[in-house]
This record gives sequence, C-alpha cells and structure tokens, in this order.
Amino acid sequence: MNILHFFAEHHEEILELTLEHLWLVGASTLLAVLIGIPLGILSAQRPMWNRPVLGTANIIQTIPSLALFGFLLPVPWIGARADRLAILALTLYALLPVIRNTYTGIRGVDASVVEAGRGMGLTDRQLLFQVELPLAVSVILSGVRVAVVVSVGLATIAAAIGAGGLGEFIFRGLAMVNNQLILAGAIPAAILALSADFGLGWLEKRLKPR
Amino acid sequence: MERGSTGESAAKTVIEFCGVLYVLPNGKPLLQGLNLNVKCGETLVFLGRSGSGKTTTLKLINRLLVPTGGEVRVHGASTTATDVIRLRRGIGYVIQDVGLFPHFTVERNIGIVPRIEGWSNDRIHARVHELLEMVGLPPEMAARYPHELSGGQRQRVGVARALGADPAILLMDEPFGALDAITRDQLQQEFLSLQQRLNKTVVFVTHDLREALRLGSRIALMEAGRLVTVLPPQEFLRSRDPLAAAYLRAFGERLDAVANRGTS
Repeated sequence: MNILHFFAEHHEEILELTLEHLWLVGASTLLAVLIGIPLGILSAQRPMWNRPVLGTANIIQTIPSLALFGFLLPVPWIGARADRLAILALTLYALLPVIRNTYTGIRGVDASVVEAGRGMGLTDRQLLFQVELPLAVSVILSGVRVAVVVSVGLATIAAAIGAGGLGEFIFRGLAMVNNQLILAGAIPAAILALSADFGLGWLEKRLKPR
Repeated sequence: MERGSTGESAAKTVIEFCGVLYVLPNGKPLLQGLNLNVKCGETLVFLGRSGSGKTTTLKLINRLLVPTGGEVRVHGASTTATDVIRLRRGIGYVIQDVGLFPHFTVERNIGIVPRIEGWSNDRIHARVHELLEMVGLPPEMAARYPHELSGGQRQRVGVARALGADPAILLMDEPFGALDAITRDQLQQEFLSLQQRLNKTVVFVTHDLREALRLGSRIALMEAGRLVTVLPPQEFLRSRDPLAAAYLRAFGERLDAVANRGTS
C-alpha cells in the first residue's frame, strides 16, 4: 500500500517529529500539573480564590489557539523561540482540566472523613497530604488525562508558528494537497493520543481508592 | 439551673462552659448562654432534638467551632487560648458517619494519632492490637479496609481510633445512631463495660432517650439552643419538667429498667 510505503521511506522524519511532538506535550503537561495542582488546592481550600482561578482558566480556554500563539509572540524570552511559545500556550490550555479536577477531587472527599481527621488533630498539611490528595488522586489524574489528549491534538497547530511536531506533516500536506502527508502527521498523533488516554486511564483505575 | 448529682461533686471539673454563645454568621443563634461543667470520669449525655444545639456544643469542645461569646475551658484553659492541634489530639472524637479513612487499613486508621504524634512503629502496632481487643474485634481485622467491614465493625474501629493515643476526654456524636437495633444494643453494652474499665470523661450526643438513660451518668436536656435541665437518669425519670415529661411519654413505659443506676 502507498501509505505504508511512505511511512517506511520517511520513518526517520516521522520519528523526529513525533519526538518533537512528545516534547511539546510532555513539557506543557508537566508545567500544567506543577502550576494547576497547587492552584486547584488553593481554590478548594480558600473559597475566595475559587472564582478568579477557575474563571481565568476558563477564559483562557475560550481563546482560539492560533490567536493565543499570536498574543504570546511579543512576550520577551517566550516569543524568542517557537517551541517555548508553543509549550506556554499548551500549558495555558491544559491548566483548566487540571485545576478543575483537583478542585473537584478535593471537594469530593467525604465530609465526615475530613471532619474526623480535623477533629482528631491532623494539621491542614497532614489532612491535605495524607487524606485529601490521596483520595482525590484518581480524579486529578483524569483531569491530566483530558489535558494530555487535548494537548496532543492542539500541538499539531503549533507547527503553524514553526514549533515543529507532527503538525509539520499536516500543514505541508494541506499546502501540497497531499493526503499521505496529512496522514503521516495525523496517524501518529492519533496513536499518541490514544496511548496516553489508555495509559493514564489504566493508572487512574489502579489509584482509585477502594 | 444545674443540679449536680450528690457524691460526684468532689470530682474534678474537666470541661467548663461559661456563658457560651454560638451565633451563625447569618445571625441565627444556635447556642444561647450555656453554663455547664463536665466532671472527670462521668458520661454526660446531651439529649435533644435536631437543631437543639447539642452537636454545636460538642464541636465547641474540640474547637471545630469557636464560641461567639463566653468561654469553653478544657482542663482549665480556654479552648481559644490553647494550641488547637494539641487540644484535639488530647480529645477522642467519634461521629455517626464514623469517617474512617477509606484508603487506610484498619491498623493505619486506629494508629493515625499515635503515628502523627511520633510513636515508634512497634509501640503503635502493640497499641492497635490492644485497642482491637478492647473494642471486641479479632486481630486479623487489622489488615482490612473500611469498605470490607460491617457498619457495627466500622463504628468499633471508629471508637478504637478515637482512643488511639489514650485521650482523657471522648466526644461521641450519635455514634450508634446509624446502626441496626441489635448492633446498637451490643455496642451500648460494650460502651458501658469499656467505660467502667477506662473511666474517660465522655460527652455523648443523642436524640434517643433510651440511649441517654442507659449510658449517661447525667443527662443534659437541650432545646432551641438552651440547656433545659441536667439530671442523673434516675431523677430524669421522675422529672416534672414539661420537656422531660414529653420525652418520657414519647418513649413509652419500662424506661426505668434501662436507666443507669450509677454503678460507680
């Protein structure tokens, strides 16, 4: 078949762009987790932070991705390199599911469990790390899973600003009206998304309490 | 208002309510000037309908709530002047929904306060097994998770957990309220024998007159945020107070058979 032939011939380039894609998605997810989980904890514990934090993340989500890349372009250091810019944009998009699920997960912990813990003299920190976070972990993880799957798709658009990744094939294919090229980008991207979804889903089930 | 029972008046006061007021942020008063002393080794039962302020009163003792006015003193010190974590670790707390940590085994649940208090593993292990025996659970329960237990077993673990670091005070908020009649009867019986052995200062909340009569050394009757009367069970049965009489009518006859005669 034609497409298999194409894959065999271009396997090095496909691999390279896949790795670039993984870098964009991996780095942005990591950043989103590092920023989003503390923000989610903060909004779960301090009700006054809840609205501004979730509201901002929500608004970011509504900005069209190409426009967001454009907005970030003039930002110093970030705008200097396409991959930095793409990672920041993807991070911003990934924040909402991570923050929201952290918030929901912590708020969803059985009130009697929290009351018992507080009543027997657990400090806020002990309550958070020994009770609330362990019980919320599968909910948080499902937020991360959503973030990753969305990022894999969004990252293809990063090629529009020259950040590389599998979007390169897609944009090239679109320009050249070449379906094989489009598929060379789309198929590996779909495989990435599906395996991330499956892997994180498995982990989520394993970590689910009881 | 309070009429301390004779013979117990020499016992040391452990918990004092001095003109305690608790008002919700929306202005609704839940507790309107409570004055009451709880003595060492007694089981004081707060009896009242929902909304009478009994749970609020309990939560003021371990400072899950802070009084809007007046003062709650535990071991002579105002709860607001004490380090809240230290205060709570010295008070066992048992609630109706038990609130066991679902991701911890029974052993870790019971050993939680000793563990955060920095006991050695060997000492925690020994203590957990001592407590399991005390609440009538076989040692192999230690490795189970809360969802593998029955309601009665769960509440036994709840009681064992509250006793973890051997607190002098035990707060129990309708601990047997969600159990079936037979299990409840069993746990009440065991509570009585346990209390005879341990002699803790217990503050117990219930809306069940039978339970109050059976377990309490004194019954504090609450209504609409006020303390109506405080009486030992035998005197409660003969009380002419209209609310007490209403309770006695609602729960029917043969109550004198269950009433605690103060074995101590």
